Amino acid sequence: MRVLVIEDDREAAGFLQRALKESGHTAELAYDGEIGLAMAREDDFDVLIVDRMLPKRDGLSVIRTLRDEGDQTPVLILSALGEVDDRVKGLRAGGDDYLTKPYAYSELLARVEALARRTVPEEHMTRLVVGDLVLDRLSHRVSRNGQPIQLQPREYRLLEYLMKHAGQVVTRTMLLENVWDYHFDPQTNVIDVHVSRLRGKIDKNFDRPLLQTVRGAGYVIRDQAE
Amino acid sequence: MALGTLFVIKLNNIWESSISTTAFRTAAIVVAVFTLVAAAIMWFVSQQTNLVLTQQVLAALSSETELLRAEERSSGLVGLRRAVALRSRTAGSGLYFLGDEKGTRLAGNLSEIPKELLDHHRGAVFSYPVQRAGSMSEQGRSSGPARRTAVGVLLSFGGAQLVVARDVEDQRVLSHRIRLVSLIGFGLLGIGGLLAGLLLSRLVLSRVNEITEASRAIMAGNLSERLPRSGTGDEFDRLAGSLNEMLARIEQLMLGLREVSDNIAHDLKTPLNRLRNRAEEALRDPRGAQAQRQGLERTIEAADDLIKTFNALLLIARLEAGAIDETLEDTDLREVVRDVTELYEPVATDAGFNLSVTFSEGGDLNVPINRQLIGQSIANLLENAIKYSVSGLKSDLRKTSDCVGGDGQDEMVLAEKVRSYRATAKDISVSVTPVEKGVEISVGDRGAGIAPEDRERVLRRFVRLEKSRTAPGTGLGLSLVAAVARLHGGKVRLEDNEPGLRVVVFLPSGKGRSGSQQV
Repeated sequence: MRVLVIEDDREAAGFLQRALKESGHTAELAYDGEIGLAMAREDDFDVLIVDRMLPKRDGLSVIRTLRDEGDQTPVLILSALGEVDDRVKGLRAGGDDYLTKPYAYSELLARVEALARRTVPEEHMTRLVVGDLVLDRLSHRVSRNGQPIQLQPREYRLLEYLMKHAGQVVTRTMLLENVWDYHFDPQTNVIDVHVSRLRGKIDKNFDRPLLQTVRGAGYVIRDQAE
Repeated sequence: MALGTLFVIKLNNIWESSISTTAFRTAAIVVAVFTLVAAAIMWFVSQQTNLVLTQQVLAALSSETELLRAEERSSGLVGLRRAVALRSRTAGSGLYFLGDEKGTRLAGNLSEIPKELLDHHRGAVFSYPVQRAGSMSEQGRSSGPARRTAVGVLLSFGGAQLVVARDVEDQRVLSHRIRLVSLIGFGLLGIGGLLAGLLLSRLVLSRVNEITEASRAIMAGNLSERLPRSGTGDEFDRLAGSLNEMLARIEQLMLGLREVSDNIAHDLKTPLNRLRNRAEEALRDPRGAQAQRQGLERTIEAADDLIKTFNALLLIARLEAGAIDETLEDTDLREVVRDVTELYEPVATDAGFNLSVTFSEGGDLNVPINRQLIGQSIANLLENAIKYSVSGLKSDLRKTSDCVGGDGQDEMVLAEKVRSYRATAKDISVSVTPVEKGVEISVGDRGAGIAPEDRERVLRRFVRLEKSRTAPGTGLGLSLVAAVARLHGGKVRLEDNEPGLRVVVFLPSGKGRSGSQQV
């Protein structure tokens, strides 16, 4: 995966470049808005990571310009401004996701990978399959190894989101944002309890667990036999 | 000499401090204008009086001249001489001189033709020496012969020269005196006015000085000081009164700020310290890479806690600035409450709580809200309820076990108490009720509750009651709820849930909201 990081803090940009490289991606850096825009136009990237406050041309203006030119590359906005209306502004400008500084690298990586995956037409698949677990998006039915599994509506949406990102790490905040549509940071482990309930329904009576916890990051659903 | 200098210096001080006051300047301007106007009126009056008197004199002179001319025409020079001599003898202000061509006196009470008349040939003002016996002694003290002022005309006919004049010395003296009196009067008026202005300014200055000194003392740091009031209820008292109110508000804000900064120091320094300690500990750990790795992970956890506190603080500051108005949308509160309680239900159940939600039947539960902020508020209230009910339960059991002894019967009583307590202690009730002009969301627990005197305080930023300081969390939960409510034009109140705490958040409906901001 090729990532363009437009970030004026050279240390932070360097950190991202090294970390992304360790995660098996390539990252190129631009230290201001003008150069960033030029690089994004010239080259094909899978994801752009754009800081909101940049010298010469601010991040939102870079995104808006790219979108106006028809460039649909997914964009993750990084910002020191984390308030509700700033997020709305960022997404309205054409950003696809919004991450507040300071962030955990695992959170950023999970979001970047989720964004890169979004271009794959999995969004529109009617059946999601992980191993022997099947989720039918038309009839809203879930079954594992042919046995039907009864899920609450929210559990269904949780599983759907996880399966849409099968094989990818999904963080707790991503789940809260995408399944419950809330952006706050809960003090307690609310998400963990929901996930463990879901796990109880889909994994408990089966030999191979599909839903795994990734320490310090979040959850991933994958069939390890594959 | 020294005393004189001292006096001058003292006077200078008074002068300098007083002259620069508004009161003195106003008084000086009033006095100056008044004096100028009065002087102008006096000048005009005296001019008019002079004119009238002069005209009278001139009229008398011309009629007398006519009479004497007629006398000369009818009886010749002899008749004229007789008439002049007769008039000269009559006591009064008339002055006459009749002389021949060479100027030798034939008759009259003037000794010679005044030079001024010879020069002008017409009417003129002149002075003449006093000849009358009675007047001589009066003028004895002056060196030269006394002279009086007169107005007269010189006529020549039939080889004779006639001077007819009127003494105007008395009028001259009168007008002089009037001028003098006016000058003195205006002088006194001016000085008196300036003195009054000075006094007024001293009076005002002393009150202003009191206020100035008091405010300097307050600025120097004693915020509890207040401005003095004379108690008369005058304008200075009113000024001091409103300034005192302002001072009270400032003092309150300063106290709040101090409390907040103390709490920030505590709540940010504690996790910062923890962060540092953990990093150091990891660095020193002799057990090698694996232990150091764990230490680093713990360090990151501490950093995350710090970030949470910091974010909450920023959000509250932002909300209190009231800048997020445009994101309010009409939303059914039932949905938000249902979503959030559903989010917390598993956590509550796992901790042994019974979370119940009641929506009142009917009524409009649609209010303009920011879904994110209200959702976060309800989440904070639920988290608090779970967190503090647990600690409340523990403290209550401790209390109970403290007051019972060790024998078996009491233990049974205790067990019974614990059982009955457990039956209700773990209820968390959430309700949404329409009220007048808005909707109320309430979250009640059965925990330790909050004492009535502390309820107002806990809504403030960073306030955590001492007993809960050790519990995890930022201490900003309730403050955030209060800030969110204020942003929506609503408010938060804390009630006794008998037992426990009930937090009620009032949110005004669209119609109930007066203006866009009611923070």
